[in-house]
Amino acid sequence: MAAEAEPTIDPIHQFNITRYIDLHIGSFDVSFTNAALFMLVVLAAICFLMIYGTSRRSLVPGRLQAAAEMAYEFVASTVRSSVGTEGMQFFPFVFSLFMFVLFANLIGLIPYTFTVTSQIVVTGALALLVIGTVIVYGVYRNGAHFLNLFVPSGVSPVLLPFIVLIEIISFLSRPLSLAVRLFANMLAGHITLKVFGGFVAALLAAGGWAVLAPLPLAGTVVLTAFELLVAFLQAYVFAILTCVYLNDALHPGH
Amino acid sequence: MDPVAAKYIGAGLAAIGMGAAAIGVGTIFGNFLSGALRNPSAADGQFGRAFIGAALAEGLGIFAFLVAILLLFVMK
Repeated sequence: MAAEAEPTIDPIHQFNITRYIDLHIGSFDVSFTNAALFMLVVLAAICFLMIYGTSRRSLVPGRLQAAAEMAYEFVASTVRSSVGTEGMQFFPFVFSLFMFVLFANLIGLIPYTFTVTSQIVVTGALALLVIGTVIVYGVYRNGAHFLNLFVPSGVSPVLLPFIVLIEIISFLSRPLSLAVRLFANMLAGHITLKVFGGFVAALLAAGGWAVLAPLPLAGTVVLTAFELLVAFLQAYVFAILTCVYLNDALHPGH
Repeated sequence: MDPVAAKYIGAGLAAIGMGAAAIGVGTIFGNFLSGALRNPSAADGQFGRAFIGAALAEGLGIFAFLVAILLLFVMK
């Protein structure tokens, strides 16, 4: 790989956390880092889109208003179709998650920015929030019937213990896969972009081989477009899986 | 065997799992597309389900990726 042949290009370096303001409360490190800064940027971008975009409320929407309305309609129809109308009480939750993940992914694609969702601590916290909501609301609403989630109906008694075991394992792997999917997609995508960028630099530095440099450059352009798709897709997948898990909390019987 | 070499070989072996996940995702979208071309009017309603399936299939490949990343960067 060019990244290894060229020691100056380090594909992992972009994920380093740097402290801007050192802060310690007790034994906790609550420093203001680049991750914190970009989370605030993401929040500001979402607030700008939703508040400024819907401030004029014209009958024929402008670009910003159309974007805000499309995001709202899109998430609302996703929640309605996968959890049902009684799931709409969770719409603000799913919408916040979707917008945060989407904007974090999109802002991370701009060169020299920091991708918040490429840190597993961020995606892990989001996934634990989702699963925590599912468990707390499921037990609050269904009581012990929530455990029906692990016992599918219509399974022969011989198979039932194994099925229950598999259901429990699959439930436990949900927060893990939810967190790692988003994190790994962002991490792998950004590393790939960096490595392809490294190919360009390495070829340009390699004398006559410089004529081949436009090839990886074109690859980088195509990959950036692909990453744009992935950024949206992962936000959508995160939102729709949240809906599916919330649906389990509302209707635990299979 | 040299432990460092074993680490890198292990990471490479773990990466094979991602190819298996690629087969799974390809099967899901291939079947979705062939179904959608047979009955295009029903395709939009099943779009979300195709993505749920793809996300679940991908999730298992992601675990393989996780093993590779853990081997490369966490194991000393």
